[in-house]
Amino acid sequence: MPENTIAVAMSGGVDSSVVAGMLRERGEQVVGMTMQLWNQRRLPELIPEGGSTGRCCSLDDVYDARHVAQILGIPYYVLNFEDQFEEQVVRPFAAEYLAGRTPIPCTLCNNFIKFDRFLEMAEGVGAGRMATGHYAIVNWNDSTGRWELRRSADRAKDQTYFLFGLTQDQLARTLFPLGAMEKSAVRELARRLGIPTAAKPDSQEICFVPNGDYAAFIEAYFREQGVAPSETQGELVTTDGRVVGEHSGVHHFTVGQRRGLGVAAGEPLYVISTEPASKRVVIGRSGDLQRATMHAGGVNWISIAAPKEPVRAEVKIRNKHQAAAATIFPTADASRVEVRFDDPQRAVTPGQGAVFYSGELVLGGGWID
Amino acid sequence: MQRYYFDHNATTPVSPEVLQAMLPALTDAFGNPSSIHHYGQTARAKLDHARRQIAALLNCSDNEIVFTSGGTESDNLAILGTGGHVITTSIEHPAVLAAADLLPVTKVAVDASGVADPGAIRRAIRPDTRLISVMHVNNELGTIQPVEEIGRIAREAGVVFHSDGIQAAGKLPIDVRAMNADLYSISGHKIYAPKGTAALFIRKGLELHPQMHGGSHESRLRAGTQNVAGAVALGAAAQWITEHAAAGWPDLAALRDRLEQGILARVGDAHVNALGSPRTPNVTNIRFDGLDSEALLIALDLRGFAVSSGSACSSGKQDPSPVLLAIGLTRAQAKSSIRFSLGRSNDAAQVDALIEAVAESVAHLRKLAPAYA
Repeated sequence: MPENTIAVAMSGGVDSSVVAGMLRERGEQVVGMTMQLWNQRRLPELIPEGGSTGRCCSLDDVYDARHVAQILGIPYYVLNFEDQFEEQVVRPFAAEYLAGRTPIPCTLCNNFIKFDRFLEMAEGVGAGRMATGHYAIVNWNDSTGRWELRRSADRAKDQTYFLFGLTQDQLARTLFPLGAMEKSAVRELARRLGIPTAAKPDSQEICFVPNGDYAAFIEAYFREQGVAPSETQGELVTTDGRVVGEHSGVHHFTVGQRRGLGVAAGEPLYVISTEPASKRVVIGRSGDLQRATMHAGGVNWISIAAPKEPVRAEVKIRNKHQAAAATIFPTADASRVEVRFDDPQRAVTPGQGAVFYSGELVLGGGWID
Repeated sequence: MQRYYFDHNATTPVSPEVLQAMLPALTDAFGNPSSIHHYGQTARAKLDHARRQIAALLNCSDNEIVFTSGGTESDNLAILGTGGHVITTSIEHPAVLAAADLLPVTKVAVDASGVADPGAIRRAIRPDTRLISVMHVNNELGTIQPVEEIGRIAREAGVVFHSDGIQAAGKLPIDVRAMNADLYSISGHKIYAPKGTAALFIRKGLELHPQMHGGSHESRLRAGTQNVAGAVALGAAAQWITEHAAAGWPDLAALRDRLEQGILARVGDAHVNALGSPRTPNVTNIRFDGLDSEALLIALDLRGFAVSSGSACSSGKQDPSPVLLAIGLTRAQAKSSIRFSLGRSNDAAQVDALIEAVAESVAHLRKLAPAYA
């Protein structure tokens, strides 16, 4: 088993299938591996009528990935990481919601499963590098002596927002072969390579939540664990402290949310913040959502070393956010920064990632407090 | 890449003599053995010949052999066909355990030796006990169970005795009379015949409820047109074993010992599970402390060596081997164990290559510790 073998993380979708096919066509030694992360049958009450479709870790996805591996003629294995996934992704996801934050499980999965457990397994079985179907670009910068992360050529598919936790050591052993490609070209290549999933729809939402209903998932998960979700029902209050109604639990709400408040008002109302300690959900006007500064913790610097001085950057505060100009101030705690936006930003949401860009370059990122 | 097969307890290749015997049953003797005409009679003759070959292997009469589609079906027919309260052990194959779970069942615990205690089985007998089902040889450890003594206990108690002999056939002599067995399962693909062919010995006079409903094939015990070619293959495989038993068993024990000693000498913190217990000569189950057997299995496969972590029937599941947990290994210990099972194609040079690959792969994986701890 030569060390230059590449382990491809195959989800059964078109992107990772094409990665395996491209590398194979290039003459690389390729081994395909699918991570079994979550057993969808665990919470059967969440599976929509007619069965869940196209969800990660369904038997269909393993079947698709195996089929692609068979067509490409590469060895293929299913790695069972269900224990680690539950421990490091699902449980924190549920706990974060109950703590009034809005987590990003995909980033946790990248940090703790894909670019940790998987990479470790790849190395263990003799594959020195791994490749995934992420839309992002990794390159080595000789002058800084660092691995850099850049946005993908297909800006609509760019996934760097979810990759801010990658360390230099992880980037050194990771290939993102699709980073320079347009999605349409990937599908075209899939057809040319004879990959049967060429037309499979892109995955959406969070893979282990079968119907996109996070609150229902969290409740079902805690029920299964035999733990009643801590009583999170409470009062809906306005920004000036007026109680205007009741709510069914803080985990139903995220900052900036407009739907499901059940309060009639002359103008649109939004969730401004959730306060798990007092079980209050604060609602207010659109203008109340604007923030000029925020703090981020657990900061990881990628393309530059941790700065000593303030850094100018464009900061993205959620996946669909248009990165906004800001200055990042280091704090006494090296893992924390203060971000001051040039213009106030709407719905800064605790638990989401703050990713710092300089043009195409990902400087680093952290978790919004 | 040179490839080596060390997973004969999972399945075996069809041997040349078996293939040669079965091919005519797919072509010339294609008839339905229940048909009255010449074609039917030709097929029937082959089927009955196979029955005699299997009876000779088990030391029973040919009219005590029923053909089935696999070891799982044989075990299911034996257990569900008998019914009542069942006593079995915690280290049985899922084909036995899952069938027994459909009935009132007592699962007798087995200690680290991997060998069931006949006394414990005797103590589990209740007035409504109808069946004792204990495997002849454990599939993961290779441990030989005291079936003669258990058979005696069953006979004294007036209880039916079934033994799953799927991992015993071809590895040690079988005598269903000596072990007082009423029911005994064997399967083709563990003995160099194809998958999908198996048999159940049913002692003459024992009444079983059929589990397949249809025609009156196989003495009304197993409806469905017989897989004649499969039965012929099973018969040929049985005959090969009978002939070679007379001439002395192939010396797999020497190879197994070479493998075991080689690994233990080269790899630290490695332990043979159920060492010291009577075992079939072809199996060793080795625990590599602090290591993930899934990673070792894949690493070895990518180097060309096929081995197994637990029973192949359980692969893809997160849970470690239920057999290893049942004999008292911790979860971590069970998840760090690998089964090596030898067969006719293995030789000393292959074993030496395997030892080398295991030593290198374990060293590499342990270098990445403590993640594997």
